[in-house]
Amino acid sequence: MSRQSVAKAHQKIQELSWDPVYHEPVSHYGTDYTFRKAKKKDPLKQVLRSYFPMQEEKDHRVYGAEDGAIRGNMFRQVQERWLEWQKLFLSIIPLPEISAARAMPLLFRTVPNPELHNGQAIQMIDEVRHSTIQQNLKRLYMNNYIDPAGFNSSLRNFQNDYCGTIGRQFAEGFITGDAITAASIYLTIVAETAFTNTLFVAMPAEAAANGDYLLPTVFHSVQSDESRHISNGYATLLMALSDESNHQLLERDLRYAWWNNHRVVDAAIGTFIEYGTKDRRKDRESYAEMWRRWIYDDYYRSYLVPLEKYGLTIPHDLIEESWNQIWNKGYVHEVAQFFATGWLANYWRIDPMTDADFEWFEYKYPGWYDKYGKWWENYNRLATPNGHHPIVAENVDYVYPHRCWTCMVPCLVREDMVMDKVDGQWRTYCHEACRWTDVEAFRPTYQGRNTPNMGQLIGAREWETLYHGWNWADVVKDMGFVRDDGRTMVAQPHLDLDPKKMWTLDHLRRMPAVQSPNVLLNQMTDDERAAFQADYNRQGPAGRPAPAQV
Amino acid sequence: MTTTAVPSTERSVPKPAFTDAEAGAKVFPDSDARRYNYFKPAKRKQSHYEDVTVEVQPDPRHYLSQGWLYGFADGKGGYPLEWTALRAWGSDRPVPERYAGSGGAGYEWPAHGWHEFRDPNEEWELTLYRYNSNVVRQLNQNIEAARQAKAFDQWNRNWVQFVAQHVGAWMHVDHGLGLYLFANANRRAPTNMHNNAISVNSMHRIRAAQDLALYNLTLSEEIEGFDGGAHIQTWNSDPAWQGVRETAEQLTSIWDWCEAIFAANVVFEPLVGELFRSNLVQQAAPSNGDFITPTLIGAEEYDFAERDLRYTKPMFHLLVTDKQFGAENRKLMQQWLETWVPRCVHAARTLQPLWSQPDAKPPRFEDGLDRAKSRFSAILSELELTAPKELGQ
Ligand SMILES: [Fe+2]
Ligand SMILES: [Fe+2]
Repeated sequence: MSRQSVAKAHQKIQELSWDPVYHEPVSHYGTDYTFRKAKKKDPLKQVLRSYFPMQEEKDHRVYGAEDGAIRGNMFRQVQERWLEWQKLFLSIIPLPEISAARAMPLLFRTVPNPELHNGQAIQMIDEVRHSTIQQNLKRLYMNNYIDPAGFNSSLRNFQNDYCGTIGRQFAEGFITGDAITAASIYLTIVAETAFTNTLFVAMPAEAAANGDYLLPTVFHSVQSDESRHISNGYATLLMALSDESNHQLLERDLRYAWWNNHRVVDAAIGTFIEYGTKDRRKDRESYAEMWRRWIYDDYYRSYLVPLEKYGLTIPHDLIEESWNQIWNKGYVHEVAQFFATGWLANYWRIDPMTDADFEWFEYKYPGWYDKYGKWWENYNRLATPNGHHPIVAENVDYVYPHRCWTCMVPCLVREDMVMDKVDGQWRTYCHEACRWTDVEAFRPTYQGRNTPNMGQLIGAREWETLYHGWNWADVVKDMGFVRDDGRTMVAQPHLDLDPKKMWTLDHLRRMPAVQSPNVLLNQMTDDERAAFQADYNRQGPAGRPAPAQV
Repeated sequence: MTTTAVPSTERSVPKPAFTDAEAGAKVFPDSDARRYNYFKPAKRKQSHYEDVTVEVQPDPRHYLSQGWLYGFADGKGGYPLEWTALRAWGSDRPVPERYAGSGGAGYEWPAHGWHEFRDPNEEWELTLYRYNSNVVRQLNQNIEAARQAKAFDQWNRNWVQFVAQHVGAWMHVDHGLGLYLFANANRRAPTNMHNNAISVNSMHRIRAAQDLALYNLTLSEEIEGFDGGAHIQTWNSDPAWQGVRETAEQLTSIWDWCEAIFAANVVFEPLVGELFRSNLVQQAAPSNGDFITPTLIGAEEYDFAERDLRYTKPMFHLLVTDKQFGAENRKLMQQWLETWVPRCVHAARTLQPLWSQPDAKPPRFEDGLDRAKSRFSAILSELELTAPKELGQ
C-alpha cells in the first residue's frame, strides 16, 4: 500500500471502536494508577492488511536462512562453547515471549483508550510469533547440533532448574500484580525498551562470531517487531505521567523494574557473551562496553532522561549502581563463576577458560586474573572425574553463596548482602535494592499510600530448600538432567564427549548432602546470624572466604 | 588496463573454525536423542505444532518445582484453574507442596486433563501468518478486480445502502469480540495450547473487522453517494442492531473464560453470526448485483467454520467427556446454553427487519433462522449437548 493509503486506512480503522452502552467488558485486572479517558493516537499505525504479508515475508527470510544453514553444514563451524549456553537461553526465552502476549489484556480495561488497544492486540500476536519461532529454532539446534542433550529436555529443565526460575521473573513479572506495573512499566518501558537490545542484538552478534548465524537471523527478525512494542509502552507512559498522582508509583515501578532487569538480564546475557564465546579479538566489545552503549547511552541518556521534563523521577542512582556492579564489582564474572561452580545442577556443558580467555579478560577487565584466574584454573583441573568431587564440593577458596530472595540470583557481591526478617522468615538479599523490592515495593501500602493492587512475591524462591539434606545424585535424577543411558549427566564441566570423561550420577553419590543456606540461616540464633552476616560481608571477591580477623 | 586493489589494513573479523559440532559426528549417551522428551504427543509421533507449543506455559502440578514466583494482590500467580468453573481430570489434586527437603517432582504427565488439548488447526506463527496473508491478499485482489471492472456500478441502490449500514455494522461485532473477548481470554486459560488457539481466533476477528472497514473505505471512494459513516449510525442507533449490540457487549462482560469462548463460538456465532453472514448477506448479495461482498463475508465465514469452531469443538468435547468431571461440565454447559440461547435468539430476531431492505429479497427470515438453528443443533450434538427449550423461541 502507498504511504497515503496506509494513513487513510489507519484512520479508517479508528472507526471500529465503540463505547459500550449496555454492558461493560469484564474487568479482570486492577491497578493503583489512574488514567483519564482522553482521545489518543494509536502509536502503531499498523493495519492488518499490510501487517500479515509483512510478517509472512519476514518468515520467508528466516526459514530460507534455516534451510540454507542446514544445507551449508553450519554446525561444522559452530562453537560448542557457545551453543551449550543456548540450551539455557532458549529454554528460558519462549516463556517471556508468550507471557508478553498474555500481558496485553491487562491493559485493556486499565488504560481506557481504545486507540491503544489495536496496537496491543498486534503486539499480542507478535509475541506468539516470537515464542513459537524460538521454540522452532531450538528444535533445529536439537536436530542438527552434535549434543542434543539439554535441548531435548528443554522445557522440563527450564521449569525445575534454579536458572530457569531466575529467568522466569522476566515472564511472570509481565502478567501478574498491578496491571500497569507489570504490563507497562516492567514489560514495555524497561524490559523491551532497555534490555531487548542486549538480548536480541548484542547476543546474536556474538553468536555469529561463534559460527552460528541462525540465532541472529531469528532474533533480528524478532527485534524488528520490537519498535512497535516500544511505541505502545511510550504512549501508555505519557498518559500515566499526565496524572500527578501516578508519579509516586512510576518512581517505585521504575526502580523495581530497572533493578530486577539488571540483576536478571545482565547476569544471564553477560555470562553468555563473556564466557560463552571463543572470539577473543581485543577489539571486540566486551559486555561492559556493549552495556555502556546500548543501555547507558541509548536507553538511559537518550530515552529515560528526556522524560524528566514530563515529571518522571528517574532512578539515576540505581542506573549508576548497575554500572558500578558491572564495572567495579565484577557482577558478570561473579555470576559466571557461580554458574560454573554449580554446573552439576544444570543442563548444559560449561567449557573451561583457557590462556587465550584469561588474556582477553585481563585486557578488558584489568585485575581480572588476580580475582578469578586461580579459580578457573581449579575448574579446569577438576573438569574430568578423577577421584575428586565436582568443584562445588572441593576446597577451591569458594564459599557457596546465599540466594537473594527477590531476584534469586545468589548474593555474589558479598559486601552488598543484606538481611531482613519478612513474613516470619529471615531472608538474604543481594543488594539493598532487592531488599526494598520485597519489603517495601511489593506490599499493599507504599510510603503510607494504599496500593491494594500491588502484586506479591510468592513461591519456593530458594531452590536449595527443596533439596535440603538430599544426595546430589538424587537431586540431579529428580530434576531429570540425566542422559539416555540412565547415568551420564546432561551437564558437564568440559566439552569432551568421550563417555569415559563424562560425569555420571555415580560420581555424585559420594558427595556431601545438599544444604539449603536459607534453612540453615533460619536455624541460627540472633548472635550467630549477626556473626554470619559480618563474615559474609567480608568475603569475596570471587567467593573467597573472609580473611582471618587480626 | 588493470586496476589494483587498494591495500587495506587487515579488518578485524571473527575467524571461522572447523569444529565438527554436527549431529552424528560422535557417539555418546543421548547422541541421537533428538526429540523433545518432556511431553506425551497426542498421536504416535509428535507434531511440529506440539514441539513449538506444548509446555511453554508451565504448570506447578507438573515440572514447575518452585511454583509461580509473582502473584496478584490476592497471592494467586500464573494461570489459576479457578478462572473457569469447568474442570478437567486432576484439577482437584492440590499443587504439590514444597518444603525443606520436599524435592521438586510434580505429578506425572499430563499434570491434569487440561493438557490433553491440541488445536486441530495446529496454529503457530508460520501457519497463522501464511493463512491470514493469503486471506488479505485474496481479498485485496478481489476488490481491486471489482474496482477495475466497475463491478460496484451493478449494485442496486438499496443494496448500496444495505452494505453501508448493515454489512458495515458487523465490523463492530468483530472488533469488540476480537479484542475484549478473545484477546482478553488469551491471558486466562491453563495451557499454552488453549491460549495460542484463542489468540489466533482473536486475530481472525480483528482482521475481519479491518477487512470490512477498509472495504467500506474503498466503497466510499468508488461509489457515488456511499455513506462511509453510516455503519456507525446504524450500530449506535438502528433498533434492528441493538439486540446484537447488547448481546455482543454482554459477551465481553463474561468473567469465566470458558463461558466466554463457549457463548461466543458455540452459541452466538452459529445463531447470530452465521445467520447474518450465510443466511442473509451471502443469499441477498448476488441477486442485488453484488459478487464482491460475499468474498469478504465468505472469508470470515471460513475463519469461523473451518478454523475457530474447529478448535472450539475439541476444546469443549474433551471437557464434556472428561473422565472425572464430564457430567458436571456438561451440566454447566447446559446452563450456559439456557442463558445464552435466548439472548442470541433474541438478538437474531431483532435483526429481522434487515431481511426486507434489499430490493431483491433474500430467502425468508424464518427459513434462515431455522437453518441457523439446525446447524447450531448439529454442533451441540457433536459436543454431546442438547439444545435447550429456549431454542424454540
Ligand atoms: Fe517479543
Ligand atoms: Fe537480588
